[in-house]
Amino acid sequence: MAAFGGLFWRDLRLALRQGGDTGLVLGFFVLAVILFPFGVGPEPAILRRIGAGIIWVAALLSALLSLDRLFESDYQDGGLDLLALSTLPLELAVLAKCAAHWMATGLPLALASPVLAIIVNLDLGEIGILTASLLIGTPALSLIGSVAAALTLGARRQGVVLSVLVLPLYVPPLILGAGAVEASMTGIGARAYLLVLGALSLAALALCPWASAAALRQAVE
Amino acid sequence: MINWLANPARFGRFSARTLPWFGWGAAAVLAVGLYWSLVVAPADYQQGDTVRIMYIHVPAAWMALSVYFFIAVASAVALVWRHPFAEIAARAAAPIGAAFTLICLATGSLWGRPMWGAWWVWDARLTSVLILFFFYLGYIALVNAFDDPSRGGRAGSVLALVGIVNLPIIKFSVDWWNTLHQPASVVRIGGPSIALAMLVPLLIMAAGFCLFFVALLMLRMRTVLNERKAMALRVSAGTAALQTEPEPMPSMKTAAR
Repeated sequence: MAAFGGLFWRDLRLALRQGGDTGLVLGFFVLAVILFPFGVGPEPAILRRIGAGIIWVAALLSALLSLDRLFESDYQDGGLDLLALSTLPLELAVLAKCAAHWMATGLPLALASPVLAIIVNLDLGEIGILTASLLIGTPALSLIGSVAAALTLGARRQGVVLSVLVLPLYVPPLILGAGAVEASMTGIGARAYLLVLGALSLAALALCPWASAAALRQAVE
Repeated sequence: MINWLANPARFGRFSARTLPWFGWGAAAVLAVGLYWSLVVAPADYQQGDTVRIMYIHVPAAWMALSVYFFIAVASAVALVWRHPFAEIAARAAAPIGAAFTLICLATGSLWGRPMWGAWWVWDARLTSVLILFFFYLGYIALVNAFDDPSRGGRAGSVLALVGIVNLPIIKFSVDWWNTLHQPASVVRIGGPSIALAMLVPLLIMAAGFCLFFVALLMLRMRTVLNERKAMALRVSAGTAALQTEPEPMPSMKTAAR
């Protein structure tokens, strides 16, 4: 357990101190959302209608951009080989790294989303649901992304292959997350969407570390 | 049978003998099936002649799912028993499966235009099949992304197993959500709800698609095996030449001058 905590804090400190990785991801998130009012026009009704979807898509892309640093630097400098040899099971190591990745990207994204939600004209209740959906859904993004990041270690044109693998897998959280806000707009209530989204995150929490660890073992073989 | 065939030399002999049978068999069955479904089979009382798109669309959809399942099983075998032959089979099947999925999507789109009034609707069945298509593309991209082909094969195997979560979603999408796409009408509890006059040509077409898949798969696997053999021959010839003739050949010197 000490090894788990050590790895978690090491990754978190690296992410927060190393050249503002978190800041860059947040900056990309904000810029991607701000582009849309220029593209579709500043009409408040239209922005309100598509706002939650825009913010969720921007969050997916931001998470995607940050995935390559999940294992890549450890793979390059040989730290991954040491992790594979250590007594900490590789599945738990993946879990620690995903938790640190979520703290450094998913959580800031969710916390920044209320500001962006005001820009796209969502009202107070919808802002709460959007933030809740991001808080519940972003762990799944980190976990699912870890599988693809582990699979593409050492690949040619890693970034492109990574996006091709990850984006189809990100469709279910996107549908549920943006659907939650839309359901509360139309009066159906967001509860069911948020519950299924939570189930998705929990399933990812249970399954993805196994797949990532299997992929990592092949990468360091 | 699988164990017996999982030997490249034996597979080579076996496939050389049976490939023409599968190939010509597929052509014959598909010819009969096409004639039956496009000419003999009755038109639908609601959809008219557009229903004939079904005879391509449905077998292609079945094959899209089955080929992915085949890839996943072969990948599991490759991961568990480290058998390189399973990896070759999975890798050879992927582009065929992607093509079947594309045929399924394209014919479905052509069928949707007159029936639903739209080329594409974002319903659960269509979306999940589209995601299956992206899985095929991702698998092909990942397998070919490594300088070391065996590393690509193993990464692809893990991906294929991850992607299998999509198969039940596709199969049951028409039951779980209330969608525009019609529910299952052939494989269902209480027997098929489709008329026998349409079921028979549909099954013939499905058999033709299966034979076609087996023939293509054998052909592609033979190609991969031959490529590896050629590579091995070239490598051994190269090392032999290096060992016997360390100095460059005189003709090359004159050419350089």
